[in-house]
Amino acid sequence: MVNLIQHRRLSRHHSLFTTHLLIIHFSPLTTMRNLLVFITKYNAFFLFLIFEVFALIIYVKYNSFQNASFVNSSNEITGNLYARVNEFNEYLSLKEVNDSLARENTRLRNTLKSTFYIDSVSKHKSSDTIYKKQYVYIIAKVINNSVNRANNYITINRGLEQGVAKGMGVICNLGIVGKVVYVSDHFAVVQSLLHKDSQFSAMLANNKEIGTIQWNDDLDPHKGILKDVSNNALPKLGELVVTSGYSLFPEGIPIGRISNLHIKGGGYSLNMEVALSVDFSKLLFVNVVENKFATEQSGLEAQQKKNE
Amino acid sequence: MSKGFFVNLVRFVVLVFLQVFLLKNISVYNLSVPYPYILFIFLLPFETPNFLLFVLAFMMGITIDAFYDTPGLHTAACVLLAFVRILFISITVQKDGFDNEPEPTLTNMGFTWFFTYIVVLTLIHHFFLFSLEAFNFSEIQYTIGRVLMSSIFTVFLILISGLLFLRRKERK
Repeated sequence: MVNLIQHRRLSRHHSLFTTHLLIIHFSPLTTMRNLLVFITKYNAFFLFLIFEVFALIIYVKYNSFQNASFVNSSNEITGNLYARVNEFNEYLSLKEVNDSLARENTRLRNTLKSTFYIDSVSKHKSSDTIYKKQYVYIIAKVINNSVNRANNYITINRGLEQGVAKGMGVICNLGIVGKVVYVSDHFAVVQSLLHKDSQFSAMLANNKEIGTIQWNDDLDPHKGILKDVSNNALPKLGELVVTSGYSLFPEGIPIGRISNLHIKGGGYSLNMEVALSVDFSKLLFVNVVENKFATEQSGLEAQQKKNE
Repeated sequence: MSKGFFVNLVRFVVLVFLQVFLLKNISVYNLSVPYPYILFIFLLPFETPNFLLFVLAFMMGITIDAFYDTPGLHTAACVLLAFVRILFISITVQKDGFDNEPEPTLTNMGFTWFFTYIVVLTLIHHFFLFSLEAFNFSEIQYTIGRVLMSSIFTVFLILISGLLFLRRKERK
């Protein structure tokens, strides 16, 4: 506006140039300059828009496509820093690690063949070809963990070089933990059960009724919800909930115990609250589960989908 | 200039370490989670150019995100915080006072101004952060509860750090 008045004044003095100046006034150059003046005057807002849009693009892209990104704790810098700090923290929890290992040893010893009394006399040896190893476990140490956010992730110190791949299940000695979502050469990021998108197939241990386990809505790290259980099931308070074998985990790995039967749910299915057996805030060592038949199974299922 | 640069660099590193290795493991009933790393953006000098301010806020956010595995979340909140900081300062502080008071610290600005500054900006940052994280309006009461409790925790920690450095200056 000021420019316009100045131009008019000028044109009064030099009436010869009147038409000429008017043309300049509406030329794109002046408009451009006005725009620049406007932008520099409110530069904070425009810079804010640019940076904010950029940040939100990163946020949305990472969340929807789940593509491996350099900004996470499986990259070399953050992964190594976490590993270094974890070395110090390890000493503080040696006693608990010992206890849990001793417990696990006892449990495993109880399942040994030699602990059972054999009442039939074996007459000949036979090589057993019925069983083929389906699951392989990879031990890993937790180097970064969280339980207090809406979406929680765990970083472990095993990666591609140790055979960890995207989509593998993760368990610990007390129960299921989550599934691998990002892998680098030496580290992997696990989407924990305490994540809004985590859902695993589960069942009641006694009557084998299938359902889906997921995290509770109120973000309590000790509670999960078992959904979509058939109305025919008669669940009891304190009943064990285990994995069903339909998802990434072997059948029968504990998840938790039913702690509340009366929560609101859908009409055709039962929902119940489950007290999780794993204390996610104290995770130290986990096992990554490699399913040897996973590719075969998913390939077959993909074929079936294609035919439909 | 070089001294200011050095001080801010040290502040950046110390706050990131504190946030990532100590405060990340602390939460009160899962409701109150402190994020005092935003103190870095609070304490940048008044005369920081807007562009540099946004770049630094972006860097701070993306560093925290790298450790928290949430790319973009803290970055978006920090960039918003930088913008609100520019607005707040342009409304409340006169430009000619910048020469004697280079940084918006508790010592320079007095308790009332500093407290208002911290509370308003922390509330906005936390509200944006938690609602972006939840991405869901059905749990809005729970989210607001988390925002309020976390803001109290964060403001508390920031004030403590302010008082700590206030004392040190008086002794000199």
